[in-house]
Order: sequence, then structure tokens, then C-alpha cells
Amino acid sequence: MSRTGSTAAPHETVERALELSRADGCVVIADEESSANLRWAGNSLTTNGVTRGRTLTVIATVDGAQGTASGVVSRSAVSADELEALVRAAEAAAREAGPAEDAQPLVAGAPASAGFTEPPAETSSEVFAKFAPALGEAFAEARAGGRELYGFAHHTVASTYLGSSTGLRLRHDQPTGTLELNAKSPDGTRSAWAGASTRDFTDVDPRTMDAGLARRLAWAERRVELPAGRYETLLPPSAVADLLIYQLWSAGARDAAEGRTVFSKPGGGTRIGEKLSPLPLTLRSDPAHPGLEAAPFVVARASGGDSSVFDNGLPLAPVDWVSEGTLNQLVSTRHSAGLAGTTPAPMADNLVLDGGGTRSLEEMVAGTERGLLLTCLWYIREVDPATLLLTGLTRDGVYLVEGGEVVGAVNNFRFNESPVDLLGRATEAGRTERTLPREWSDYFTRAATPALRVPDFNMSSVSQGV
Amino acid sequence: MPHELDESFVALPLRALADAGLARARALGAEHADVRIERVRSADLHLRDGRPAGASDTTDLGLAVRVVHGGAWGFAAGVDLTMDGAARVAAQAVAMAKLSAKVAAASGPSERSRVELAGEPVYPDRTWVSSYEVNPFDVPDADRTGLLAEFSGRLLAAEGVSHVDASLLAVQENKFYADTSGTTTTQQRVRVHPSLTAVCVDPASGEFDSMRTLAPPAGRGWEYLTGTGWDWDTELERIPGLLAEKMRAPSVESGRYDLVVDPSNLWLTIHESIGHATELDRALGYEAAYAGTSFATFDQLGSLTYGSPVMNVTGDRTTEHGLATVGYDDEGVAGQSWDLIRDGVLVGYQLDRRIARLTGFERSNGCAFADSPQHVPVQRMANVSLQPAPGGPSTEELISGVERGIYVVGDRSWSIDMQRYNFQFTGQRFYRIENGALAGQLKDVAYQATTTDFWGSMEAVGGPQTYVLGGAFNCGKAQPGQVAAVSHGCPSALFRDVSILNTTQEAGR
Repeated sequence: MSRTGSTAAPHETVERALELSRADGCVVIADEESSANLRWAGNSLTTNGVTRGRTLTVIATVDGAQGTASGVVSRSAVSADELEALVRAAEAAAREAGPAEDAQPLVAGAPASAGFTEPPAETSSEVFAKFAPALGEAFAEARAGGRELYGFAHHTVASTYLGSSTGLRLRHDQPTGTLELNAKSPDGTRSAWAGASTRDFTDVDPRTMDAGLARRLAWAERRVELPAGRYETLLPPSAVADLLIYQLWSAGARDAAEGRTVFSKPGGGTRIGEKLSPLPLTLRSDPAHPGLEAAPFVVARASGGDSSVFDNGLPLAPVDWVSEGTLNQLVSTRHSAGLAGTTPAPMADNLVLDGGGTRSLEEMVAGTERGLLLTCLWYIREVDPATLLLTGLTRDGVYLVEGGEVVGAVNNFRFNESPVDLLGRATEAGRTERTLPREWSDYFTRAATPALRVPDFNMSSVSQGV
Repeated sequence: MPHELDESFVALPLRALADAGLARARALGAEHADVRIERVRSADLHLRDGRPAGASDTTDLGLAVRVVHGGAWGFAAGVDLTMDGAARVAAQAVAMAKLSAKVAAASGPSERSRVELAGEPVYPDRTWVSSYEVNPFDVPDADRTGLLAEFSGRLLAAEGVSHVDASLLAVQENKFYADTSGTTTTQQRVRVHPSLTAVCVDPASGEFDSMRTLAPPAGRGWEYLTGTGWDWDTELERIPGLLAEKMRAPSVESGRYDLVVDPSNLWLTIHESIGHATELDRALGYEAAYAGTSFATFDQLGSLTYGSPVMNVTGDRTTEHGLATVGYDDEGVAGQSWDLIRDGVLVGYQLDRRIARLTGFERSNGCAFADSPQHVPVQRMANVSLQPAPGGPSTEELISGVERGIYVVGDRSWSIDMQRYNFQFTGQRFYRIENGALAGQLKDVAYQATTTDFWGSMEAVGGPQTYVLGGAFNCGKAQPGQVAAVSHGCPSALFRDVSILNTTQEAGR
């Protein structure tokens, strides 16, 4: 196999692939991604890396008597002389596939993105130019203070170019950064965590984060053993985000209409319009949300439960999934919305919960007579789709609050809870804050939620884990 | 029938690219360097009620260079498969190692910070291909879709089946590895994961439930779907009736029960409570901020009572059709087999070359793996398997020894804490055991335990006739996150006095 090694600009590759297409319809997605990461354990860097990736996805659609079929083929590192073979492979896949049940007319009419012909945005190790020395200082401070730091800093920049035979020429640049810092006592009996999402690492400081963790480790110097049971619990924003992200992933309109999710209505239909919470909670996705900006159009590299390659380029409007406590919308493609009798509502890459609250987590602690303050949740998995019962663990700090103050650290717990039920039982929502979902941050980093007060959170059993 | 390496992969200028990368790393002062050129092709096919609902065919190709420079790791990866591109990636890896050294200088000395690697014999020009008959990528798309549609149709035709979800994942992985010691390996692995789930919806009551096939993912080819290694006809025939029975089954009464756990469920408990817990990088804290640590700490090697005396667990990279089976790992270490737990006592760990050297082992046991050319090799799980008892009992004989208990079949939900103590699992099917015999299905069951209590309560393991090689395509670890496939063999086993929850009660219903 020969390789020319020549690499065209992404928009040129998109145009050339569209020119080569002989299918009835064609969508081409060029993804250019760069990343840099640092990882550390025990106050020392462990692994690190910089990467550069380039992937081209060709979606061919072929009309037939029974309907329209689609074929999707993706390849990385495609050279100029391999481009035609890739386009033909997608066309062959479409011809071999049966009619796609999600077939819809390809999206048309969206204005071209500014910068479609510009080079991709990139990151490099330079993104850590100021952060890395500060991290080294944090290691030194932690060592002097009797703490061990563990964690991960990751920055990616992805430029996506989307073109179609219907005239779409769209581009989106997505910077994504995460910082996770975990502090432990040298004997491993105390552990605290903090995380942040960032677009460029200019707004995160590991020393400040470490200072906060030092305070939490000090809280844990008094240890209180509590049994399993139901406790008044303050769920911090990270935990709330993790639970509601899973709820969003489980909120497909079609599955609900077919009677197989927590959002199905007995007797048929969905629970849209049903009051889920007595609090005025609004759960929404908005690609333009300040600080959480995400792709403003659908990018679907494969069809799946709640996505369709036929929807590529579809503009993403703000969607209230829950509005003032009432279920308002379920996730859907154009196809599944038609089946479910709802309006199309594809999922954007962010999530915001707002209940109008103004109290910070610290103020909510001050207003707590006796309860548990969590740090984050871990290993969340679905137990029962009918109730959306989830199980998981508390992690890196459960604190006992008495008389408005943290009085010690408590053992970890396994919980069994449904986020849908929690929305109905929460008695207070605090101030919405940008947060990093600990459990799902590999997939979902753009979230803002308040802390929630739940009077009877189900701690099913004690976990010895620290 | 042994296969040849994929010609389109070996036609790439693998050795020249590796030489360019290694030469640049050496010239920049690297003490060690390795180059991986990797191509991973993944097909993902989904049907919904017998109709195509999504398909993709993705190939990830790239080049990665890892160096030890100044006693620090450096890693870089790219997609420019030219000599200049390989040299540039090598230089970026060295630059990352220098950045690490700067951070180390700012933070002060640390015994952990200097990277050294355990030795390994040199393997020049080695090749290895996994065991399979028909490469799934040689099968036309229409045939793949057609078979899944036909399987779906059988289920949909049965009374009580409202919906069927079907999927097929297939992967062909090619790796070329070369390092500054002189090892060069070229490998090819194939794996498949077919799955069908039948759903029953009672529109009147709003109740619904599902049942998934038990066929595990396997290091096999298309033949796995056509009668080799799994009896699809029998399983598809049984599912509708079993699902109907499950819909009518009584809800379990929470409490403590004896359990007979089928291999189709127990593999996952092994994965979570033994497989991850015996990764030495975890036990040493290298995953502390993410995947977690391990209760099985290094100071307890040789003394920790992990379970009952009938518990014998091995790690291996050699099992035929194993999802973690390789000829050589991503550090050029040859595949091996070793004991992790012998007679209930912790006697071994999974290692890579750095961790082996750090902890005084002479040699790695070959557990370094990267899931793509974009990722650095990390210590990843071998096939970790519970050994059967030679001449041991059948599953029915294990059940016959239970007065009041539950027989657990198939995996479903799983969760375990960050030190691998507290876990909770559900399953596909649960049968009440009364006076040594099955007495119908139960529903809403979850079992919850602490690792050493659970394995300590294992009274008996089944014989080789009960042994099944289960596994997963999607074991997650490391940051940036990586996904690896791994197999776990086990027999049926009997556990005494395990806590059972009722999941509807847990949900407050």
C-alpha cells in the first residue's frame, strides 16, 4: 500500500470527498484533535503525553425502493491517495445495508460557519507552561504538609469540519480541559478530592485547590462511624451532575414511548408534562451557555439510540428537559421524535440545572442541623431501568454536619437511589455552579448544577473503601 | 487454522518508521524508547426490532513513541506515518519527559519519580496471530446484518417479546512494536461480541423487563455466530419463555441466602473484586485518583487470606480465545501464566516492567497494554480466572447442597468501591433454591458483599464441566481513559450466607 504522506487541509479533504461521492447523499466529517496531559501520584508525575489525531468519517446514503440506507466508514490518518477508497467503502456499506429506519432528508440550509476554510485549532504541552511549575510547587507544599497528591490534568482541542452534499459547510472548535486533584494522608486513611473543568488552564490553580483539600483532610482527623440508613444529605454539584447526566442518557423519547424506561407512562405514552419536583428546578442543555459552550449543531458519527447520522448539521437550540419541576422534553432525533410524538430534541454536550437558589454549599452546611455532606459519587451503574435506580459509592470525603458545622468525617457508603426520585424529594437547591462530574468526566465535562438537599438519601450499606 | 498477518498492515513501512523514531529518541539522549505502530479496526452494528439502527466501521491508525529520558517518562503520538513524522513524535516524547523532570525538580526528590524498567529477553522479528477461523471483516456487511436480523426475528416471533435489540461488535487489532533493546513484534488479534436482548412490556400495568443472551465476548471470529463456541439456537429458543416467567416471578424477600453463582455471572465478580484488586499499580496508588487503589496491598503478598481454601486464581496472557491473550505485551514482554491466589492466599500480582522493577520482581508478567496508538501503555488486566476443582461437582450437584438459596445466572449491573471492598451485582435470571432444587424464578434481586467475606464464604467450586470463559470488551482504566477487552474463566461456585437486596424496596417502592 503506498502512502503519499501528503495531508490536505481539513476543509479541502471534506470538499474532495464530497466531489468523489457517487451516492445519493453524502456527509463528510473531518475531526482534527490534539491533546496534552499530565498525571501524577504520590507527589510525583507518573505518565504524560501529547497526541495528535486526524479522523475522517464518510456517511453515504443510497435511496432504494424500500427506503434509504446509510453506510458509515471512519478512518484515521487518511492520506490523499486513500480518500477515494474511503468514500467507496462508505458507499458499498450503504448498498449492503438494509433501509435505515432513521432515514430522513439530509439537513440543508444552514449558513456556512465562519472559519470553515481555516486551519484547525491546536493544543500542546505549552498549555501547561504555567500550570506545571505550579503543580510542582503544590507537590512540595503537600509534601511539607504531610499530604500526598494524586491527579490528572488533561487538555484537548478538537476541530470538527462537517460538509454535506446538501451544501452544509460547518465547523466547530471544542476546547476541553479537566483538572482532578486528590489529596490523601500518607497512611491512606483520609482522602479528599476536587475537580474543575476549564477551557484553557488559565483559570485553575493546583495550589489553591490543594489548600482546600488540606482543610478537608483536617476535617477528617475526627472519624465518625455511621451505619447504613437514610440520612439528610447535601449532594454537592459534582454528585448532582453525575446523577442527572445519567438521567439524561436514559431520557430517550423512543424508548419511553415504547414503554421501557422510567419516563414511560403506564398505559402508553410518555411522562412529558408530569411534575417531577416540587422545587422550581429547570434542567437544560444550551450549546451557547457561557463557559460551557458546545457544538451548536448535531455531529453524529454513527446512528444509535438517541442519535442519527441523517441529523448531521441540524442546529441545536436550547432545550429544557425539565422546566420548573415538570418533565418537558425527552431526547430525540427527527426520526424518533416522529415515532414518539414529540418534537426533535437532540442532545447537546452540556447540562445545566437551576432551581433559582442563591445559597452556596457552605451556606447550606451552615443551615443543616444534622446531616451528611458528600464530596462526589463513584462507580454509578443502573440497577433497575423501571425506576432508574442507580447504585454507586460515596468517595473522597463524607462529612458529618452538626449544628451547621462539619464535625468529622464518616465512612463511605454504597447508595441505591434514582435521580428521578431525588428530584421529587429534594427540599432545597443551592446556587448553580460550574462543576466537574467525577464519574462521567471521561465523556461529559460541561455541567453546572446547584447542590441539593435530600432529607432521606438511601445509604444502602457501609463501604470500607477510602 | 493459523492466519497470516494482514498484508495491508505489514505493507506499511513499519520497521523504517520505528527506526526513525528510535534513532531520534536515542539521539536526544533517551535511556529507553519504544515505538508502536498500531491499527485498530472496529465494526459496530445495531439492529432494533430486526431493522438496521446504526452501523459504523472505524479504523484507528497511528504511531506512538514512549521514552525514558532523564529518569522520566515521556509519551507522544501522531498520525503522520512518515519518517519525519516518526522523528517528530519521538522528539515530542522527549520534550514531555523533560517537562516531567522540571516538575520533579520543583517538587523535590522522590523515590517514585525515577523510572527504571525490569529486564526482558530480546525478541527480534517475532510474529503472533490470535486463534480464530473466519475474520469477521471478511464477511459481507449484508451477511452480518442478515444473521442478526434472523436472530432478532426468532425472538420477535415469540409471544410476549415486545422488542429486540441486537448488536455485534467486531475488532481486528494489529500492532507493530520495536524498542531500543532490539525487540520487534508484529501481532494480530480478532475478537467479537454478539448480543441480543429481548424486552417484554405489559402496556396495561406499565411493567417491563428484559433478558439478554449469555454468550460472552470471545477472541474468536465470525464462526462464533455460526455454531462454533456457542449454541445460539438453543439460547434463542429458550429466552422468550424465560422472560415470560421472569415477568410473572415473585419479588425476592431481602435477607441472607446461600448462592450458587453461574459462570455467566461470576466472571464479572471476579473481574471487579479480583482482577482489578490484583493490579499492582493500583495497590501502589498509581490509580488512586481515578480507578482507585486496592485493599490487597503489597505488604500482604503471601499472607492475605483472600478467600476460602478452594479459591485458586490465575492470571494469564495465553488462554486460547482469551480477550487479553497476546504473544507479547506493549513493552515487549512475552505472554505468561502465573498464580494470583493459591489456596485462598494472595501470592501474585499483575505487573508491567516499571512496576516490576520498583517492587523487586525480576521480570514483568506482561501486563502493559495500550488500547490505541493515541494512548500510552499502562498496566492492564490479564485473563484472570478462577480454577475449577478437578473432578469437582456439576452445577446441579452444587444446587443440591443448598436448602434455601438463589441460583444466579447472567450478568447485568455491577459496582464496586475504589478499594475493591464493597460490591453489588444483579443478573439476568435468579432462581429460588428450595431443598436442593430449583423452584422457579425470582426478580428484583441484587447481591451485596465485601470482597474477602464473599470469597471467604465460597464453600465449593464446580468441576471443569462447569467452566466457562466469560469476559468483557469494555474494561476501563487509566487517564486518559482506556478500554481493554479481557476474559475471565470460572466454574459454578457455591457461596454461603450472602446478603440479598430487593431492588424495588431499595428504590423506596
